[in-house]
Amino acid sequence: MIEVRNISKSFKGHQVLKDVSATFEKGQTNLIIGQSGSGKTVLMKCLVGLYQADQGQVIYDDRVFSDMPEYERMNIRKEVGMLFQGGALFDSKTVEENVMFPLSMFTNQSFEEKLERVNFCLRRVNLENANKLHPSELSGGMIKRVAIARAISVNPRYLFCDEPNSGLDPRTAGVIDNLISEITEEYGMTTIVNTHDMNSVLQIGEKVVFIHEGNLWWTGDKQQVLKSENKELNKFIFASELTRRLKK
Amino acid sequence: MIRTVGKYVLLVREAFRRPDKGRVFRKQLLFEFQSLGIESLGIVLFISAFTGGIAALQTAYNIDSPLIPLTMVGFVTRQSIILEFSPTIISLILVGKVGSRITSEIGTMKVTEQIDALKIMGVNPANYLILPKITAAMIINPILIIFSIVISLLGGYLACEFSGLVTLADYLEGLRFDFEPFTITYAIVKTIVFAFLITSVSGFYGYYTEGGALDVGNSSTKAVVNTSILIILFDLILTQLMLV
Repeated sequence: MIEVRNISKSFKGHQVLKDVSATFEKGQTNLIIGQSGSGKTVLMKCLVGLYQADQGQVIYDDRVFSDMPEYERMNIRKEVGMLFQGGALFDSKTVEENVMFPLSMFTNQSFEEKLERVNFCLRRVNLENANKLHPSELSGGMIKRVAIARAISVNPRYLFCDEPNSGLDPRTAGVIDNLISEITEEYGMTTIVNTHDMNSVLQIGEKVVFIHEGNLWWTGDKQQVLKSENKELNKFIFASELTRRLKK
Repeated sequence: MIRTVGKYVLLVREAFRRPDKGRVFRKQLLFEFQSLGIESLGIVLFISAFTGGIAALQTAYNIDSPLIPLTMVGFVTRQSIILEFSPTIISLILVGKVGSRITSEIGTMKVTEQIDALKIMGVNPANYLILPKITAAMIINPILIIFSIVISLLGGYLACEFSGLVTLADYLEGLRFDFEPFTITYAIVKTIVFAFLITSVSGFYGYYTEGGALDVGNSSTKAVVNTSILIILFDLILTQLMLV
């Protein structure tokens, strides 16, 4: 479980997060939703330590991550996998080398053992026979899948996904969502997904946290999200014709 | 300015931590020997050969007094090549070739979140990306400079031979005249300091790139300009400390 307590963050006097508190459950796909500019990416970067919050705490299973010095954070970071919006694959490395990278850095496995694990992870994301390709040779969906394979290669306890569906067609986006949900359940991870894709919310949102103008506005799950009376949430959820029809 | 220097010092300190994995560091180091050193050999040798020839011809052209022996052509060529041309000018050329490459590479990794990915994994990005480059350049650049000196002096000889201005005997006598081995030490020390500046300053500008492709280009330009200025400044300081 990951918990945030009273997180606030400002940039040049502009307060982006205002006293946000939330819990993200283990073994569940937790979604942070909100409009562009609402503060969800900043919240995620505070969670993983890329930003230092001005105040408040980030707690990973009773370990207060936000108060730790950098060398102690390194130990928690080795339990973290992250899927970035653009994939963030290393351009100079092949798919195989990308997925093998965390294993080479943090395990003493032989090359054969690492290769076996790499092939397992690539099979898990349905990317057999892509080992020798470079990121520039992959489609958007394949990049996301390789990034997921890299993130799960060291069996992380926590998985963070920053807008995993951005730039993907609805079908591929659905494949990525299902993959994230399945591996979360399979490995019992605490998964946090940052998204503004309503399909993701309705498909995999076991817990949904709605951020509006830097405030925590609403929490619930995918069933409750359509029935909520929260005005701001409804404006966000039913912004498209499709969701309005769905509600009717 | 003070803030930038402070950030640079902190980044270098971060880069000089013990590598997370020795085997990975050695692999990176070998890659950088190839990328920073071997791939620069061609341009270094080409420029050295021609500049050695030009230095010899210009010296010969300027000797118009019969009181000055033609052996001076070899002597002046050797001194200018060893003391200044090879260590400083070749390092300035390497700023353009190697420095801009380092800034672009690390800058692109920064704006495409690859550096954030390293941080999230628990890898020290400064150590993983910058230390192998600094180490490789500090080892390989002195070797490049030795090659540059040899090829420049050879270029000088060929220019004298083909122009017929100075005989081989005079040129060789000039090369051997009053030779102080310390000048080679001076050239190597300068090269090592310049190699550190090229890689660390370029790495710094890449590491702190924010924005997109345009900003990577801007960082690259800043890195080349500022490293060139620092090289000239340190050239003066080292000359004062070691030769005067």
